[in-house]
Amino acid sequence: MPLPRSASALSPPGLLFAGLGLFLLVTPFMTLAANRIVAGEGLRAWALAGPGATGAGLAAIVAGLLFGAQNVRRRLRLGGAAIGLCGLFWLIVRGAPALLDGAGDYARVSPAAGFWALLMVFLLLMADALAQLSPGPLLRGGLLALGLAVLALLLGSGVLSDLSIAQEFASRKSAFVAATLRHLGLAFGSLAAAALIGFPLGILCHRKARLRRTVLPMLSFLQTIPSLAMFGIMIPILGWVGASVPGARTLGIAGIGFAPAFLALVLYSLLPVVGNTVAGLAAAPPAALEAARGMGMTVGQRLLRVELPLGLPVLLAGLRIVLVQNIGLAVIAGLIGGGGYGTFVFQGLNQTATDLILLGALPTVLLALVSAIVMDILVDLVRATPEARP
Amino acid sequence: MIEIDGITKVYDGTAAVDNVSMIVETGTITVIVGTSGSGKTTLLRMINRLVEPTSGEVRINGDATSAEKPHLLRRRIGYAIQGHGLFPHHTVARNIGAVPELLNWSKGDIRARVDELLTLLAMEPAQFRDRYPAELSGGQQQRVGVARALASRPDLLLMDEPFGALDPIIRMRAQEDLRRIQQQLGSTIMLITHDMEEAIRLGDRVAVMDAGRLVQHGTPAEIVARPATEFVANMVGDVERPLRLLSLVPVSEIMEEGPAEGDALPAEASLRDALSACLWTGRDAVPVMRDGSGPGRVTLASIRARAERRA
Ligand SMILES: Nc1ncnc2c1ncn2[C@@H]1O[C@H](COP(=O)(O)OP(=O)(O)O)[C@@H](O)[C@H]1O
Ligand SMILES: [Mg+2]
Repeated sequence: MPLPRSASALSPPGLLFAGLGLFLLVTPFMTLAANRIVAGEGLRAWALAGPGATGAGLAAIVAGLLFGAQNVRRRLRLGGAAIGLCGLFWLIVRGAPALLDGAGDYARVSPAAGFWALLMVFLLLMADALAQLSPGPLLRGGLLALGLAVLALLLGSGVLSDLSIAQEFASRKSAFVAATLRHLGLAFGSLAAAALIGFPLGILCHRKARLRRTVLPMLSFLQTIPSLAMFGIMIPILGWVGASVPGARTLGIAGIGFAPAFLALVLYSLLPVVGNTVAGLAAAPPAALEAARGMGMTVGQRLLRVELPLGLPVLLAGLRIVLVQNIGLAVIAGLIGGGGYGTFVFQGLNQTATDLILLGALPTVLLALVSAIVMDILVDLVRATPEARP
Repeated sequence: MIEIDGITKVYDGTAAVDNVSMIVETGTITVIVGTSGSGKTTLLRMINRLVEPTSGEVRINGDATSAEKPHLLRRRIGYAIQGHGLFPHHTVARNIGAVPELLNWSKGDIRARVDELLTLLAMEPAQFRDRYPAELSGGQQQRVGVARALASRPDLLLMDEPFGALDPIIRMRAQEDLRRIQQQLGSTIMLITHDMEEAIRLGDRVAVMDAGRLVQHGTPAEIVARPATEFVANMVGDVERPLRLLSLVPVSEIMEEGPAEGDALPAEASLRDALSACLWTGRDAVPVMRDGSGPGRVTLASIRARAERRA
């Protein structure tokens, strides 16, 4: 039996993170390469620059890990994570120009495994500390906004512009904006389409057990098709539609590009939407539904006034799954000319340019993370009926 | 007047309700009593067509219920479902106002009605209006369920074990409240219970069901005095029958002139109350208050004589 959390002066996950973090400090923190393609040389955190520059960053990281490991003052754990993050970026900001100094015109510096792993450690620590404080949905929204503002400030201020990934960005600004819009279009567009199809289909499945028994297994089957295969299948199918159905081509339907990617994403989204709609509608207590029928509500009134409001948290949870899943999957659209961040990822893979891959991957991760948090907040807000209160 | 005419419901080859016919007079309370599984709920739900009968017909004031759209029929009939069935995501006020909302009453009217009903059921409106069902005790939830059934002042009220979750004292008060409300509004009530005591106390008519059949339908006094079958006799409870009978007779019936010692009983007390008072205080007679001329009295001997008449 583990002791209750509050009884222990040390936080078990914090302890794990601290140990891991200290170990990671001896792994390469940044790499310096002669150009954007060749593999670089890894440098440990204290070798990035003179001790005057690195000392403060290292101290902040160690302090952050120690604050995070204790469990006496919980707010201090959160503070520890923030201090650690500051330390990480301090090292990057101070290290990059120091490394580039005299390294040649084509030289590139990038964060290395040590940085990324420590970033992960501090983010997990922060999440754990936050979960312990269990802030309400509105406070979480505020914290998210604060985090995004800090990130925007960091990126906008130019202190990171020496990094290789920033240089990849600088030479592709307009392509990056276009990819962002396309990625959002793919993820949110397919979400909207899936909701438009999936909600009515889910409601029908809820009413008709026979329909449910055929539709849900079919959608589960779609879900099991590997994503690359799914995108691949779309090429001949939509290619044929574009070539043979009059007017399809003017609508932009062709074997490659936006349409097949969009369709594949919609197909993947149907199971979570339909499945959660069915589960959500089934969550209404039978006695309440009987009472609704007994007082003379029509089928539609029961749906709108009883079943949907009671099932809304589960319905939204389905949309959350779809959104996060599609933000990730949309990367593969890059492979069939569908645009989005995947374009950079696959270009980077072709050129073995790691930072170009990251230029596609990092915003995807950030987008998925923010969407997940925002959707969780929404789910909590609609769940705030006392039914769920203890 | 509600005419239940040869109504039957068959589930999987067995009749849950088996050819039941009875007439419920307007402005009366009919209590349907029987053991669990005897078909009480099914019978009640065939009246508002939550269950469609396999055969037979129900007529309300001469019109067959099958002629009306079910949801419109149900809006005219109050229904308190077994185990309250409140909407967990709506406040008490919204739960009670559900039917008026369906009938497009104005917001002000609904609010006034909600407060009126809460007051009637001894729940302070300001305190309970904005609570959610999960924030109420079982008894309070059930009272809100009853209030919801009463909200649109329906002429006919169907109540399925409405007082099941109440403790004995509150239950007694709720029964009295229901009686009072029913007398004020002149509504017709069909109420289910498995408790013969409640049936006798509350019903103008008692309908006893056994295995889907209506085995006896009559006044409480008839049921107690002349049980039609062994089953009804068991339900009434042989040992308690004299007491049950006395509880149905008001003291005024056998009151006589003459003096008696001690505290007086009110005129609407039952002979059971009078007997109890005699035994408890060791008196042979108790005074009974009445209007006009001074108090009368009821003697132990006259109570005994009345009990021996068995009717
Ligand atoms: N929807 C149904 N399907 C099958 N059998 C049912 C259904 N509803 C009730 N029954 C059966 O009919 C009988 C009477 O049930 P019910 O009317 O609920 O009894 P009561 O309310 O007197 O306890 C029971 O045997 C019950 O199992
Ligand atoms: Mg029942």
